Amino acid sequence: MNFTIPKDIDMSQQASWCPGCGHGIVCRVITEAVEELGLSDRILTVDDVACGQFGQFAMKYNTIMSAHGRTVVTAAGLKHARPDALVIARPGDGSAYSIGIESTIYSAVRNENILTIVINNSVFGMTGGQMSPATLPGMKTATSPFGRDENKDGHMVDITKLLGQMDIAYLARCAVNTPANTDRTKKAIKKALQKQMNGEGFCLIDVLSMCPTNWKTSEIQACEFVKETQSKYLPLGEFIDKGGKE
Amino acid sequence: MNKVKLDVSRCKGCFLCTSVCPKGVLIPSTELGAKGFEIVQIDGAKECIGCGACYKMCPDYCIEIIEEGRQ
Repeated sequence: MNFTIPKDIDMSQQASWCPGCGHGIVCRVITEAVEELGLSDRILTVDDVACGQFGQFAMKYNTIMSAHGRTVVTAAGLKHARPDALVIARPGDGSAYSIGIESTIYSAVRNENILTIVINNSVFGMTGGQMSPATLPGMKTATSPFGRDENKDGHMVDITKLLGQMDIAYLARCAVNTPANTDRTKKAIKKALQKQMNGEGFCLIDVLSMCPTNWKTSEIQACEFVKETQSKYLPLGEFIDKGGKE
Repeated sequence: MNKVKLDVSRCKGCFLCTSVCPKGVLIPSTELGAKGFEIVQIDGAKECIGCGACYKMCPDYCIEIIEEGRQ
């Protein structure tokens, strides 16, 4: 079997993510899923002001860059303006679950027909590794140097618990720390795009991703951290799958 | 017979590929690449089985695997 770089990946330039960052893997998985469905000319993506913004240098799709935290609602507006397009919002956990939590929740309440792929690395990556809502209990970050204290800093946000009872089309958590997990992520993205084509409603995929720079680990240790720690607090799986028309 | 195609000009030296290669075909080199990171190299003595694990983990799209006889 041949493994070649997807045509929708822009090889004329290179995104400036840190070594070992999961964003690049997520972009490859998105382009593969889109190419397998033959939808390359219908995709519009909405990037966030964060590490995710470099996706515009990795993928060839038309992209809007939204204000920080407003990625999901910008994508919802885009879908209303261009109902024929397939809209993918790519915020990070620092955006979608803190300043943008109301955008995320109310897009789910309205069951907007978009796909949101949240790249969850449990920190604010671009600004220097500060504590985010998805920071794990006890995890050391730039603003929690002794570890996250749930009594003082509040509980970790688990989006599958927040949206788990809502009437949305698809809710899943995947990871990109192993080759098998990247394959599962691709399957989830394909399923969510098919749901968007069927008009089933809001799809959110929370992708656990490595941030070796801000976790202060090596790239390979970061993959281990996702497996041993992050996915224990934030379990992987499909939480809502409405199973509408195929 | 599978052939690993490496574009080391994009390599940032994260070595996720070396950590997942079941046959140890990809190994760290001691050379610095165009970006100033230690780059990956192919160990000529080992044979690639074409599992694609390195391709799936590379965040910088450096690796392709071509099965000879297939386009």
